Amino acid sequence: MDSAISEQGADRPDDRPPALRSTADNGLKIVIVGGFGVGKTTMVRSVSEIRPLNTEETMTKAGEAVDDTAGVATKTATTVAFDFGRITLDAHNVLYLFGAPGQERFWFLWDRLFSGTLGAVVLVDTRRLADSWYAIDRLEHHGTPFVVACNDFGGPAHTPEQVREALDLPEGVPLVFCDARSRESSKDVLISLIQHLQAYPAPLTPEPAP
Amino acid sequence: MSRRRPGRDDSPDRLYTLTGGRSSSGSDVFDLVTLIVAECDPVPGMQSEHAAILRMSRFPTAVVEIAAELELPVSIVRILLADLLGTGRISARHPRTAHGSAHSSYRLPDPDILEQVLVGLRNL
Ligand SMILES: Nc1nc2c(ncn2[C@@H]2O[C@H](COP(=O)(O)OP(=O)(O)OP(=O)(O)O)[C@@H](O)[C@H]2O)c(=O)[nH]1
Ligand SMILES: [Mg+2]
Repeated sequence: MDSAISEQGADRPDDRPPALRSTADNGLKIVIVGGFGVGKTTMVRSVSEIRPLNTEETMTKAGEAVDDTAGVATKTATTVAFDFGRITLDAHNVLYLFGAPGQERFWFLWDRLFSGTLGAVVLVDTRRLADSWYAIDRLEHHGTPFVVACNDFGGPAHTPEQVREALDLPEGVPLVFCDARSRESSKDVLISLIQHLQAYPAPLTPEPAP
Repeated sequence: MSRRRPGRDDSPDRLYTLTGGRSSSGSDVFDLVTLIVAECDPVPGMQSEHAAILRMSRFPTAVVEIAAELELPVSIVRILLADLLGTGRISARHPRTAHGSAHSSYRLPDPDILEQVLVGLRNL
Protein backbone atom coordinates (compact mmCIF):
# COMPACT_ATOMS: atom_id res chain seq x y z
CA MET A 1 0.00 0.00 0.00
CA ASP A 2 1.39 3.34 -0.92
CA SER A 3 -1.49 5.61 -0.10
CA ALA A 4 -1.77 7.37 3.21
CA ILE A 5 -5.25 8.56 2.34
CA SER A 6 -7.84 6.40 3.97
CA GLU A 7 -11.18 6.70 5.62
CA GLN A 8 -11.58 6.54 9.32
CA GLY A 9 -14.61 4.50 10.15
CA ALA A 10 -14.28 2.06 7.31
CA ASP A 11 -14.63 -1.18 9.16
CA ARG A 12 -14.63 -4.19 6.91
CA PRO A 13 -13.00 -7.34 8.21
CA ASP A 14 -10.63 -7.34 5.25
CA ASP A 15 -9.67 -3.76 5.96
CA ARG A 16 -6.66 -4.85 7.96
CA PRO A 17 -3.71 -2.48 8.05
CA PRO A 18 -0.69 -3.56 6.02
CA ALA A 19 1.69 -5.71 8.03
CA LEU A 20 5.05 -4.45 9.23
CA ARG A 21 8.23 -5.95 7.86
CA SER A 22 9.49 -8.97 9.74
CA THR A 23 12.67 -7.04 10.62
CA ALA A 24 10.74 -4.35 12.52
CA ASP A 25 11.96 -4.42 16.10
CA ASN A 26 11.92 -0.92 17.55
CA GLY A 27 8.67 0.93 18.23
CA LEU A 28 8.89 4.67 18.87
CA LYS A 29 6.27 7.13 20.10
CA ILE A 30 5.37 10.74 19.53
CA VAL A 31 2.28 12.19 21.18
CA ILE A 32 0.16 14.90 19.57
CA VAL A 33 -1.83 16.58 22.27
CA GLY A 34 -4.32 19.40 22.05
CA GLY A 35 -7.84 20.62 22.73
CA PHE A 36 -11.00 19.29 21.13
CA GLY A 37 -11.25 19.67 17.38
CA VAL A 38 -7.81 21.18 17.00
CA GLY A 39 -6.78 18.74 14.26
CA LYS A 40 -5.03 15.91 16.12
CA THR A 41 -6.66 13.12 14.13
CA THR A 42 -6.18 15.07 10.92
CA MET A 43 -2.46 15.35 11.55
CA VAL A 44 -2.13 11.66 12.41
CA ARG A 45 -4.02 10.77 9.23
CA SER A 46 -1.87 13.07 7.10
CA VAL A 47 1.36 11.25 7.84
CA SER A 48 0.23 7.76 8.79
CA GLU A 49 0.62 4.74 6.51
CA ILE A 50 -2.51 3.20 8.05
CA ARG A 51 -5.89 4.77 8.64
CA PRO A 52 -6.00 6.12 12.18
CA LEU A 53 -7.07 3.46 14.66
CA ASN A 54 -8.76 4.13 17.93
CA THR A 55 -8.33 2.49 21.29
CA GLU A 56 -8.56 3.28 24.95
CA GLU A 57 -7.08 2.61 28.32
CA THR A 58 -9.00 2.26 31.54
CA MET A 59 -7.68 2.56 35.03
CA THR A 60 -9.73 1.85 38.10
CA LYS A 61 -9.09 3.67 41.31
CA ALA A 62 -10.71 2.00 44.27
CA GLY A 63 -12.37 3.79 47.13
CA GLU A 64 -12.02 7.38 46.06
CA ALA A 65 -15.61 8.40 45.83
CA VAL A 66 -17.98 7.60 48.64
CA ASP A 67 -21.65 7.23 47.96
CA ASP A 68 -23.36 9.10 50.80
CA THR A 69 -26.68 7.33 50.67
CA ALA A 70 -25.23 3.85 50.78
CA GLY A 71 -22.08 4.74 52.63
CA VAL A 72 -20.03 2.50 50.35
CA ALA A 73 -16.82 3.31 48.61
CA THR A 74 -17.30 3.09 44.87
CA LYS A 75 -14.75 2.54 42.20
CA THR A 76 -14.02 5.32 39.79
CA ALA A 77 -12.87 4.29 36.35
CA THR A 78 -10.68 6.63 34.38
CA THR A 79 -10.97 6.04 30.67
CA VAL A 80 -8.87 7.74 28.07
CA ALA A 81 -9.51 7.24 24.36
CA PHE A 82 -6.84 8.04 21.83
CA ASP A 83 -6.19 7.42 18.18
CA PHE A 84 -2.94 6.55 16.53
CA GLY A 85 -1.20 6.06 13.23
CA ARG A 86 2.03 4.48 12.11
CA ILE A 87 5.08 5.42 10.03
CA THR A 88 7.62 2.79 8.98
CA LEU A 89 10.93 4.67 9.14
CA ASP A 90 13.33 1.94 8.03
CA ALA A 91 13.85 -1.80 8.33
CA HIS A 92 13.93 -1.61 12.14
CA ASN A 93 12.24 1.55 13.38
CA VAL A 94 8.49 2.11 13.39
CA LEU A 95 7.13 5.42 14.63
CA TYR A 96 3.69 5.50 16.23
CA LEU A 97 1.87 8.81 16.45
CA PHE A 98 -0.73 9.20 19.15
CA GLY A 99 -3.41 11.84 19.09
CA ALA A 100 -4.84 12.51 22.51
CA PRO A 101 -6.97 15.15 24.15
CA GLY A 102 -5.10 17.00 26.86
CA GLN A 103 -7.84 16.93 29.44
CA GLU A 104 -7.09 16.20 33.03
CA ARG A 105 -7.78 12.49 33.13
CA PHE A 106 -5.43 11.98 30.23
CA TRP A 107 -2.43 13.12 32.27
CA PHE A 108 -3.40 10.69 34.97
CA LEU A 109 -2.57 7.93 32.50
CA TRP A 110 0.42 9.57 30.87
CA ASP A 111 3.08 7.50 32.59
CA ARG A 112 1.25 4.30 31.94
CA LEU A 113 0.76 5.01 28.25
CA PHE A 114 3.46 7.36 27.14
CA SER A 115 6.56 6.80 29.19
CA GLY A 116 9.45 6.47 26.78
CA THR A 117 7.88 8.85 24.28
CA LEU A 118 10.39 10.75 22.13
CA GLY A 119 8.54 13.99 22.70
CA ALA A 120 5.25 15.77 22.13
CA VAL A 121 3.58 18.11 19.69
CA VAL A 122 1.13 20.53 21.26
CA LEU A 123 -1.33 21.35 18.52
CA VAL A 124 -3.08 24.68 19.00
CA ASP A 125 -5.82 26.66 17.32
CA THR A 126 -4.87 30.33 17.54
CA ARG A 127 -8.53 31.22 18.07
CA ARG A 128 -8.54 29.15 21.24
CA LEU A 129 -5.06 29.40 22.67
CA ALA A 130 -6.22 28.98 26.25
CA ASP A 131 -7.25 25.40 25.45
CA SER A 132 -3.61 24.41 25.35
CA TRP A 133 -2.39 26.04 28.54
CA TYR A 134 -3.02 22.96 30.58
CA ALA A 135 -1.17 20.61 28.22
CA ILE A 136 1.87 22.90 28.06
CA ASP A 137 1.84 23.12 31.82
CA ARG A 138 1.77 19.37 32.28
CA LEU A 139 4.53 18.72 29.74
CA GLU A 140 6.80 21.29 31.35
CA HIS A 141 6.12 19.81 34.73
CA HIS A 142 6.85 16.34 33.45
CA GLY A 143 10.05 17.38 31.70
CA THR A 144 8.90 16.02 28.33
CA PRO A 145 10.29 18.10 25.43
CA PHE A 146 7.72 19.48 23.02
CA VAL A 147 7.13 21.83 20.14
CA VAL A 148 4.02 23.97 19.70
CA ALA A 149 2.34 23.76 16.30
CA CYS A 150 -0.31 26.32 15.36
CA ASN A 151 -2.84 24.74 13.06
CA ASP A 152 -4.06 27.09 10.37
CA PHE A 153 -7.82 27.42 10.50
CA GLY A 154 -7.80 30.55 8.37
CA GLY A 155 -8.49 32.93 11.23
CA PRO A 156 -6.73 36.25 11.67
CA ALA A 157 -2.98 35.85 11.41
CA HIS A 158 -1.02 35.99 14.63
CA THR A 159 2.65 36.77 14.85
CA PRO A 160 4.84 34.20 16.56
CA GLU A 161 5.50 36.80 19.25
CA GLN A 162 1.79 37.16 19.96
CA VAL A 163 1.33 33.41 20.24
CA ARG A 164 4.40 33.01 22.42
CA GLU A 165 3.22 35.67 24.75
CA ALA A 166 -0.30 34.31 25.00
CA LEU A 167 1.08 30.86 25.78
CA ASP A 168 3.86 32.18 28.00
CA LEU A 169 6.15 29.94 26.00
CA PRO A 170 9.78 29.66 27.13
CA GLU A 171 12.31 30.81 24.54
CA GLY A 172 13.73 27.34 24.03
CA VAL A 173 10.43 25.82 22.90
CA PRO A 174 10.03 25.86 19.10
CA LEU A 175 6.86 27.38 17.70
CA VAL A 176 5.82 26.39 14.19
CA PHE A 177 2.81 27.07 11.97
CA CYS A 178 1.24 24.20 10.09
CA ASP A 179 -1.69 22.85 8.17
CA ALA A 180 -2.56 19.48 9.68
CA ARG A 181 -4.32 18.46 6.45
CA SER A 182 -1.04 18.59 4.57
CA ARG A 183 1.31 15.65 4.69
CA GLU A 184 4.37 17.81 4.02
CA SER A 185 3.42 20.34 6.65
CA SER A 186 2.70 17.66 9.27
CA LYS A 187 5.97 15.96 8.40
CA ASP A 188 7.78 19.26 8.95
CA VAL A 189 6.23 19.54 12.42
CA LEU A 190 7.59 16.10 13.34
CA ILE A 191 11.00 17.00 11.93
CA SER A 192 11.07 20.19 14.00
CA LEU A 193 10.38 18.10 17.10
CA ILE A 194 13.24 15.71 16.35
CA GLN A 195 15.61 18.60 15.68
CA HIS A 196 14.54 20.16 18.96
CA LEU A 197 15.36 16.87 20.72
CA GLN A 198 18.77 16.75 19.08
CA ALA A 199 19.54 20.18 20.48
CA TYR A 200 17.94 19.46 23.82
CA PRO A 201 20.28 19.89 26.77
CA ALA A 202 20.92 16.78 28.81
CA PRO A 203 19.38 17.36 32.24
CA LEU A 204 21.92 17.73 35.01
CA THR A 205 19.56 16.72 37.78
CA PRO A 206 16.30 14.88 37.35
CA GLU A 207 13.17 16.98 37.68
CA PRO A 208 11.46 16.46 40.99
CA ALA A 209 8.23 14.49 40.65
CA PRO A 210 5.00 16.52 40.66
CA MET B 1 -18.99 11.31 15.15
CA SER B 2 -20.22 7.90 16.01
CA ARG B 3 -16.95 6.11 16.27
CA ARG B 4 -17.07 3.03 18.33
CA ARG B 5 -15.29 3.30 21.61
CA PRO B 6 -13.74 -0.10 22.15
CA GLY B 7 -14.17 -1.48 25.59
CA ARG B 8 -16.61 1.15 26.72
CA ASP B 9 -19.63 -1.04 26.12
CA ASP B 10 -18.02 -4.08 27.63
CA SER B 11 -19.33 -4.98 30.99
CA PRO B 12 -16.71 -5.43 33.72
CA ASP B 13 -17.88 -9.04 33.83
CA ARG B 14 -16.80 -9.66 30.26
CA LEU B 15 -13.39 -8.15 30.88
CA TYR B 16 -13.09 -10.21 34.06
CA THR B 17 -13.90 -13.38 32.16
CA LEU B 18 -11.38 -12.61 29.45
CA THR B 19 -8.54 -12.42 31.89
CA GLY B 20 -9.78 -15.08 34.29
CA GLY B 21 -9.86 -12.38 36.94
CA ARG B 22 -6.10 -12.20 37.00
CA SER B 23 -4.45 -8.99 37.98
CA SER B 24 -1.94 -7.21 35.85
CA SER B 25 1.22 -8.72 37.32
CA GLY B 26 3.86 -9.36 34.69
CA SER B 27 1.99 -7.36 32.08
CA ASP B 28 3.90 -4.15 32.78
CA VAL B 29 6.68 -5.28 30.47
CA PHE B 30 4.51 -4.48 27.47
CA ASP B 31 4.87 -0.96 26.20
CA LEU B 32 2.17 0.42 23.88
CA VAL B 33 4.65 0.04 21.04
CA THR B 34 6.26 -3.26 22.02
CA LEU B 35 6.13 -5.34 18.85
CA ILE B 36 4.59 -8.77 19.27
CA VAL B 37 5.50 -11.70 17.05
CA ALA B 38 3.64 -15.02 17.10
CA GLU B 39 5.86 -18.04 17.65
CA CYS B 40 3.18 -20.57 16.70
CA ASP B 41 -0.23 -20.94 15.09
CA PRO B 42 -3.45 -20.94 17.06
CA VAL B 43 -4.46 -24.36 18.31
CA PRO B 44 -8.03 -25.68 18.62
CA GLY B 45 -9.62 -24.97 21.96
CA MET B 46 -7.51 -21.93 22.61
CA GLN B 47 -9.23 -18.88 24.09
CA SER B 48 -10.48 -16.93 21.08
CA GLU B 49 -8.65 -13.72 22.04
CA HIS B 50 -5.39 -15.63 22.33
CA ALA B 51 -5.98 -17.20 18.92
CA ALA B 52 -6.82 -13.81 17.44
CA ILE B 53 -3.58 -12.34 18.78
CA LEU B 54 -1.54 -15.17 17.26
CA ARG B 55 -3.20 -14.70 13.87
CA MET B 56 -2.72 -10.95 14.02
CA SER B 57 0.96 -11.08 14.93
CA ARG B 58 2.36 -13.37 12.24
CA PHE B 59 4.25 -10.22 11.35
CA PRO B 60 5.37 -7.78 14.07
CA THR B 61 2.35 -6.00 15.52
CA ALA B 62 2.37 -3.34 18.23
CA VAL B 63 0.47 -3.87 21.48
CA VAL B 64 -1.68 -0.84 20.72
CA GLU B 65 -2.61 -2.21 17.29
CA ILE B 66 -3.69 -5.46 18.89
CA ALA B 67 -5.81 -3.52 21.38
CA ALA B 68 -7.46 -1.52 18.61
CA GLU B 69 -8.16 -4.61 16.54
CA LEU B 70 -9.58 -6.59 19.46
CA GLU B 71 -11.49 -3.52 20.66
CA LEU B 72 -10.24 -4.06 24.17
CA PRO B 73 -8.58 -1.70 26.65
CA VAL B 74 -4.80 -1.83 26.53
CA SER B 75 -4.57 -3.07 30.11
CA ILE B 76 -6.64 -6.16 29.27
CA VAL B 77 -4.55 -6.86 26.19
CA ARG B 78 -1.40 -6.66 28.28
CA ILE B 79 -2.71 -9.43 30.51
CA LEU B 80 -3.61 -11.61 27.52
CA LEU B 81 -0.12 -11.04 26.12
CA ALA B 82 1.51 -11.97 29.42
CA ASP B 83 -0.28 -15.35 29.18
CA LEU B 84 1.05 -15.95 25.69
CA LEU B 85 4.55 -14.79 26.53
CA GLY B 86 4.61 -17.02 29.59
CA THR B 87 3.83 -20.06 27.47
CA GLY B 88 6.31 -19.12 24.75
CA ARG B 89 3.64 -18.60 22.11
CA ILE B 90 4.76 -15.08 21.32
CA SER B 91 7.97 -13.13 21.54
CA ALA B 92 8.14 -9.44 22.39
CA ARG B 93 10.44 -6.85 20.82
CA HIS B 94 10.60 -4.05 23.33
CA PRO B 95 11.45 -0.47 22.37
CA ARG B 96 15.13 0.36 22.65
CA THR B 97 14.50 3.87 23.94
CA ALA B 98 13.70 4.54 27.58
CA HIS B 99 10.57 2.62 28.44
CA GLY B 100 8.95 0.08 30.67
CA SER B 101 8.79 1.12 34.27
CA ALA B 102 5.81 3.31 34.93
CA HIS B 103 6.41 6.65 36.64
CA SER B 104 9.83 7.03 35.14
CA SER B 105 10.65 10.62 34.37
CA TYR B 106 11.63 11.67 30.87
CA ARG B 107 14.87 10.36 29.44
CA LEU B 108 16.35 11.80 26.28
CA PRO B 109 16.40 9.20 23.48
CA ASP B 110 19.63 7.81 22.12
CA PRO B 111 21.21 10.24 19.59
CA ASP B 112 21.63 7.45 17.02
CA ILE B 113 17.93 6.68 17.21
CA LEU B 114 17.06 10.37 16.79
CA GLU B 115 19.22 10.51 13.68
CA GLN B 116 17.50 7.43 12.27
CA VAL B 117 14.08 8.97 12.93
CA LEU B 118 15.12 12.18 11.21
CA VAL B 119 16.41 10.34 8.15
CA GLY B 120 13.27 8.20 8.04
CA LEU B 121 10.97 11.22 8.23
CA ARG B 122 12.87 13.09 5.56
CA ASN B 123 12.62 10.11 3.24
CA LEU B 124 8.86 9.89 3.56
N1 LIG C 1 -9.14 24.78 7.98
C1 LIG C 1 -8.55 23.77 8.58
N2 LIG C 1 -9.32 22.79 9.08
C2 LIG C 1 -8.72 21.76 9.72
C3 LIG C 1 -7.31 21.69 9.85
N3 LIG C 1 -6.99 20.59 10.55
C4 LIG C 1 -8.16 19.99 10.84
N4 LIG C 1 -9.20 20.67 10.33
C5 LIG C 1 -10.62 20.34 10.44
O1 LIG C 1 -10.99 20.52 11.80
C6 LIG C 1 -11.91 19.52 12.21
C7 LIG C 1 -11.40 18.79 13.44
O2 LIG C 1 -10.23 18.07 13.12
P1 LIG C 1 -9.84 16.71 13.87
O3 LIG C 1 -8.59 16.23 13.27
O4 LIG C 1 -10.99 15.78 13.95
O5 LIG C 1 -9.53 17.29 15.31
P2 LIG C 1 -9.22 16.47 16.65
O6 LIG C 1 -8.25 17.29 17.41
O7 LIG C 1 -8.82 15.08 16.33
O8 LIG C 1 -10.64 16.48 17.34
P3 LIG C 1 -11.16 15.63 18.59
O9 LIG C 1 -10.52 14.28 18.52
O10 LIG C 1 -12.65 15.59 18.41
O11 LIG C 1 -10.77 16.41 19.81
C8 LIG C 1 -12.09 18.59 11.02
O12 LIG C 1 -13.29 18.96 10.35
C9 LIG C 1 -10.87 18.88 10.16
O13 LIG C 1 -11.13 18.66 8.80
C10 LIG C 1 -6.53 22.75 9.28
O14 LIG C 1 -5.30 22.77 9.35
N5 LIG C 1 -7.20 23.75 8.66
MG1 LIG D 1 -9.61 13.27 17.05
